[in-house]
Amino acid sequence: MTATIEEVWAALEDLADPEIPVISLRELGILREVRAGAEGLEVVITPTYSGCPAMGQIEDDVRSTLKNRGISARVVTQLAPAWTTDWMSAAGKEKLRAYGIAPPHQTPAGSSVVRFISKPAKVEAVPCPHCGSSNTLVSSHFGSTACKALYKCQDCQEPFDYFKPY
Amino acid sequence: MSAAVDYLLHLADNALVLGQRNAEWCGHGPILEEDIAQSNVSLDLIGQARLLYQLVATLKGGDASEDKLAYFRDTHEFRNYTLLELPHHGPLSGYASSSLDYGTTIVRNFLYSALMALLWEALEKSANADLAAIAAKSLKEVRYHLRHSRDWLVRLGDGTDESHARSQASLDHLFPYTQEFWAHSPAEAAAVAAGIGVDLNTLKADWDGIVDAALAEATLQRPATGGYVPEGKKGVHSEHLGFLLAEMQSLARAHPNGVW
Repeated sequence: MTATIEEVWAALEDLADPEIPVISLRELGILREVRAGAEGLEVVITPTYSGCPAMGQIEDDVRSTLKNRGISARVVTQLAPAWTTDWMSAAGKEKLRAYGIAPPHQTPAGSSVVRFISKPAKVEAVPCPHCGSSNTLVSSHFGSTACKALYKCQDCQEPFDYFKPY
Repeated sequence: MSAAVDYLLHLADNALVLGQRNAEWCGHGPILEEDIAQSNVSLDLIGQARLLYQLVATLKGGDASEDKLAYFRDTHEFRNYTLLELPHHGPLSGYASSSLDYGTTIVRNFLYSALMALLWEALEKSANADLAAIAAKSLKEVRYHLRHSRDWLVRLGDGTDESHARSQASLDHLFPYTQEFWAHSPAEAAAVAAGIGVDLNTLKADWDGIVDAALAEATLQRPATGGYVPEGKKGVHSEHLGFLLAEMQSLARAHPNGVW
């Protein structure tokens, strides 16, 4: 079957991230583009972290979803421009929060390494996704996956994950 | 092309060897959070190595592949800094053995991440567009490695008498190995000339600034350098790399072309 670009988007609309199943690949910004290539339709995806073990699964999921709908399209992985959490949609961020993961802040603009490492004048609070309190503390820069940090709420005492700006 | 291949292999081997070394903490971390942190840092490093090996394989063509580059080259073919292959403890002699020392891990991660954060930032402007794309991703990751190791350096250095003494000893042991950063290899010189690579000496002032500020906060003394300059990036390694590779490569070599 020769599908249109809109039909491919529609087929992949609800395809969820394998590690955080409440958010779709489109909302995460992993699904970049559907385009007409020289040999038919191409679905462009971009990796999140270089070593993210979910990437292979994501590619397989895209391929099998299209196959199940009888759509033939090639999956192309593209590195540039590098994925950023700024591409995450507002709806996607809200779903993360409701799931118990604090959504990422905006990445700081034009932040050089030297500036990144020096002590920031003001640390932006990460609100607790459970009770909303801003009285939270980082307990580790790395959480259950590379993309998350581990926090603790000082008010409701619940630990939670924070999706780090990338 | 050869200038690019040699330079990319140096970057890839750095990432793979430190990724493998730090993965030794998986299941053995001093606390659960740090066990997880080192495993995640290793995942990033091995991911970066894979992207770089895939690029090398594309440039070499033929039957080159990321697995062949990682699993079927021997010690003298690896181009990583000697610093990155050293075990997680200080120097030993004879048959002496030592348990893993987290201070050594932190000091090394800090010294190397500070370099790589600056290098990946500069490589975003590489004449090789594929390398520039990998650099843009790696920069986002290494900044978190640097922040993590810097925080722990300060915590250990400015901590108890025991943690201060041990992190100072790790620093005294490892710091001379950073001399290798600033001595150009022929592969680096060729890559710089081709616009693919970056002259690290242009980044040294920033590196010194990051290191000195962190050491001051950690109440640690910057050791003097001088003496032997390691040549791991030219393929001349310590005795430790062979053991690391043997563990990493044995499965792939026992089952060549195995797929799972």
